[in-house]
Amino acid sequence: MEIGRSIQRVDAFDKVTGRARFTDDLCPRPILEARILHSTIANGWVKSMDVSRAQALPGVVKVLTCFDVPPHQYPTPGHPWSVEEAHQDVSDRRLLNQRVRIYGDDIAAVVAEDALTARRALGLIQVEYEEYPPVLTPAAALAEGTPPLHEEYPGNVLKRHTAEIPLPESDFKCAEDVLTFPGYHQFRGHYETQQVQHCHMEPPISYAYAEGERICVVTSTQIPHIVRRVVGQALGIPWGRVRVVKPYIGGGFGNKQEVLYEPLNAWLCAQAGGRPVRLEVSREETFQNTRSRHPISFDVRAAVDGDGYLMARECVAVSNQGGYASHGHAIVSNAVTGFRQTYLDQLAHRSDAWTVYTNIATPGAMRGYGIPQANFALECMMEDIALQYGLDPLAFRLQNLMPQGYVDPLNGIVCHSTGARECVEKGRHFIHWDELRAKYQNQTGPVRRGVGMAVFSYKTGVWPISLETSSARVVLNQDGTVQLQLGATEIGQGGDTVFSQMAAQAIGIPTEDVHIVSTQDTDTAPFDTGAYASRQTYVTGHAIKKAGLQFRDKVLEYARELLPGGEKLDIQGRNVVDGASGEVLLPLAELALTAFYSFGHSEHLTAEATSQCRDNTFSFGCCFAEIEVDIPVGKIKVLNIVNVHDSGKLINPKLAEAQVHGGMSMGLGYALSEEMKYDPKTGRLLNGNLLDYKMPTALDHPELHALFVETEDPSGPFGNKALGEPPAIPVAPAVRNALLHATGVAVNTLPLSPQRLVEAFREGGLLE
Amino acid sequence: MIQVLQCTVNNRPVELGIDPRESLADVLRQRLGLTSVKKGCEVGECGACTVLVDGTAIDSCIYLAIWAQGKRILTVEGLQEENGDLSSIQRAFVEEAAVQCGFCTPGIILSAVEIVGSGKRYTREELRKLISGHLCRCTGYQNILNAVERAVEEARRFAGKD
Repeated sequence: MEIGRSIQRVDAFDKVTGRARFTDDLCPRPILEARILHSTIANGWVKSMDVSRAQALPGVVKVLTCFDVPPHQYPTPGHPWSVEEAHQDVSDRRLLNQRVRIYGDDIAAVVAEDALTARRALGLIQVEYEEYPPVLTPAAALAEGTPPLHEEYPGNVLKRHTAEIPLPESDFKCAEDVLTFPGYHQFRGHYETQQVQHCHMEPPISYAYAEGERICVVTSTQIPHIVRRVVGQALGIPWGRVRVVKPYIGGGFGNKQEVLYEPLNAWLCAQAGGRPVRLEVSREETFQNTRSRHPISFDVRAAVDGDGYLMARECVAVSNQGGYASHGHAIVSNAVTGFRQTYLDQLAHRSDAWTVYTNIATPGAMRGYGIPQANFALECMMEDIALQYGLDPLAFRLQNLMPQGYVDPLNGIVCHSTGARECVEKGRHFIHWDELRAKYQNQTGPVRRGVGMAVFSYKTGVWPISLETSSARVVLNQDGTVQLQLGATEIGQGGDTVFSQMAAQAIGIPTEDVHIVSTQDTDTAPFDTGAYASRQTYVTGHAIKKAGLQFRDKVLEYARELLPGGEKLDIQGRNVVDGASGEVLLPLAELALTAFYSFGHSEHLTAEATSQCRDNTFSFGCCFAEIEVDIPVGKIKVLNIVNVHDSGKLINPKLAEAQVHGGMSMGLGYALSEEMKYDPKTGRLLNGNLLDYKMPTALDHPELHALFVETEDPSGPFGNKALGEPPAIPVAPAVRNALLHATGVAVNTLPLSPQRLVEAFREGGLLE
Repeated sequence: MIQVLQCTVNNRPVELGIDPRESLADVLRQRLGLTSVKKGCEVGECGACTVLVDGTAIDSCIYLAIWAQGKRILTVEGLQEENGDLSSIQRAFVEEAAVQCGFCTPGIILSAVEIVGSGKRYTREELRKLISGHLCRCTGYQNILNAVERAVEEARRFAGKD
C-alpha cells in the first residue's frame, strides 16, 4: 500500500540543499527592474502626475501611470472562470488606478535598468490628489452620504444576501417566529474577528518576458492556469498568448490564490518592448497591497429548547472588503454557510451576509476562507449558550452535531462520513478535560487556569458553488518508472508527495518510481485550477486515480501482447505479475524498453484523464486548549493544546501531522497576537512589517499536538477528505473558551491581546 | 566604485569585485548563484537569509558583503558531504518532516549548524529561543525543533559526550 505510508517528502532533499528553485532563483540577470508607486492617501483621485523628472533620470526605461493603462477592469480571484456572466467574478480593478481606494493604491510604475534607479525614479514623481476622508469600517461605508468607492456600487455594498432553510411542518412561519418564541431560551451574541495576513515567507514575486507573439510570466502563485486567464483578461489578449510558469513557492495560504501583480508585470514587459522585466514586491507591499483575512462582525441569535436542542439560529455577518472585490461575496457567504453546517437546527436557520467596500487593505482568500471567522462566532456562541443555560458544553455540542447522512438544505452537500464525535472524545481524553474542568472551578488570585474547546466542520473543495475539474497525465519512462504531470500545485503543503503516492497506488508501483513534475508550465501542465479550498487531494486525487488506472490498463494491454495467454495480469512492485498467483512474469523495465523501441510495435504509453468532481464531503475536528492567564498583565500562556482531525483516510500520516502543526500555529497567532492596525486619520496600515505585526515565533508556541480519527470517506478517491486549511480553524475559539473558563470573562473580539484582556478584566471587575 | 572582496565561501576561496553598498545576501545570490540564501523581508526580521560568517549566524540581508572581507562564509550549498550525502543536520530536517514550503529551511539549518557546533546540550525552551530569529508559517516550529534537538543529540553522541 502506497496510501498511508509516511514516506519522506519528495522535495525535501532539494529543499535542504538549496537546490530547490523558487521564482527569484530562476530569474536571469541582469534584468529590467520594475517598482510600483503607491498613493499617499487612502481615498480619492489622482488628479494629475508629473513624471518628467523621473523620466529624465539616467537608467529609467519607462514611467507608466494610471493615465496610461487600458481603461477596462478585470477580476483577480483564483476562481474557476464561469461561462455564465451572472456568476463571473467582480471586475473592479485596473492595472493602475486613478481612483484611489486604499492607502498605498497602485498609481504608477517605473521600469529601470536596476532596482535602485527604479526606486529613485518613484521618488521623483509628483502627484496631485483630490482627497476624501478614509472610510475604514462597514458602518462608516454604509452611512448616508459616504461617497461610493466604486461607482457601480453606490451604497458601498458589494453584495448582500439573506437565506433561510425550509421550515418543516409547524406553527412557525419563519425563522423569526422560532427565534422569538417565548417557550425557548433566546440567546443573542456579538462576536468580532480581526484582519490578519498570511505571512508566507516568500513575498509574491514575478518576472515576465516575451517569446514570439506571446508573453511568459514566471511567478510565485498557487494557481498558474488561472493566472494565465487573468493576464489575458487584464491585457485584453487571447489567453493562448500567455504562458505562466510556477516553480516552487515559499508558501501561499490563499494570498497567492489571487492574481496579484502578474498582469501588471506582463503589461510592463510589453511596454518595455518585450524585454524581461522583474517585479519585486517587498514585505511591506505584501502587507499593504496583497490580500489578508477579512475582519467580520457577527450578530447571532439562537433559540434553544429545554432539552438543549438548537431550534433555530440566525447569523448576520458583515464583512469588511477593503478597497477591491477580490474574491467578492464568496468568503462571507462561505462563512454563514459554515456557521450553519456544523450543528443542526431542528426548525429554522436564517443568515444575512454583507460584503462592504471600505478603504482598508483588501482582504481575500486565506486558509479557511471565512470559516475561521465563522467558527469563532459559532463556538463562542455554543460555549456562551451552555454557560448561560447550565448545559455541559461538550454534551450540548455533541447533541446538536451534524450527523452522518446530513444533507445541507441549501447547497446539497452531503456528510458522507464523520468521525467528529470520536475526535471530541480523543481530545477530551488527551487534555484531561473532565478533571481540569472541575479542578479550575472557583479560582481566585491574579494567575488562573482554564480549559476550552471548539469543534468545526469544513467542506472539501468548492462543488457545487463552483466548478471542480482537474487533469492528470502519466507518462512511461524507458526504465519502467513514470512521470506524473499535474496542474495541481505544490505550495509547501506536501502535495507533490501525496500525489506521487496516489499515482503509485493506482498503477501498482512503488512511490519511488513516480517522478512528479513539480513545476507547472501552462504550455505543458494539464489543466487544474490549483491549490485552494483544501481541494487537491480530493479533486485532483480523483484525476490521478483515473489517469493511473487508465495507464495501468494500457500497460497490461501491451503486456498481453508480450505474454500470450496471460489473461489475469496485474502490476505489483516493479513487475507485471500473474493476478492469481503473484508470479512475476515481466519486469516493467523490460516492458517499457520494448514499448519504446520495438520494431514490431512501438508505443509511448501515456494516460491522461480529466475528472470533473460533482461531489463534496465534510472534514471534522476539534481543538482542546489549556491555558494560564496572568490577569494584571493580560497575558495568556497556552500550557497544552491538541487538534484532533477527521480528514478521512490519511495519505501520509507524518505529513498530515506536520500540516496540522502549521495550522495550529496560524490559529494561535489569530487567537493571541496578530492584527493589522490602521491610523484612523489617514487610513495608513501601521504595522505592515514582520517586526510590528506579531506573527508568533518559536518562543511564542507551546508544544503542538496533532491527533487523528481516520474515517474512510466513500466519496474521496482514496477515502480522504480536506486537511490543508482545517487545522487553523478551531484554535482561536478554543483558547477564548479556555479564558472564559479561567476567568468567567467572555472576550468576544480577537485577538486576545494583553491590551484587550486588561480592558475586559477591568470591565469584568477582575481588575480595579 | 568597485572594491575587491576576498573571502572563503563554502570552503572555497573567492575573489570578487563588488559594489561596497551590496548586501551579502545579494552578492551570494546574484554573483555566486547561491540561491539557497532566501530574502523574505530584507530588513533582518524573518531570518530566511541567514548564513554563517566565521561560524556565527547572521542575517545576510542587513550585512554588507564588504564586512565579510577575509571571513569564512557557509551556506547550505556547502553543507553536503563530499560524496553528495546530506549532512546529519540536513538529514534530521528531512526525516523529522521539518521541511514544508522550504523557504525558511536553509536559514534555520544554518542556525542549527551553529547550535549543534557549540557541542552543548539545550533544553527545548532554550532551543526555542535560539531559533526565534527565524519566522516560519508552515510548521509551527514543532518538527523544526524536533530536528534541531535530534541533530544536537546525534552530534553529542558522535563526539562521545553522551
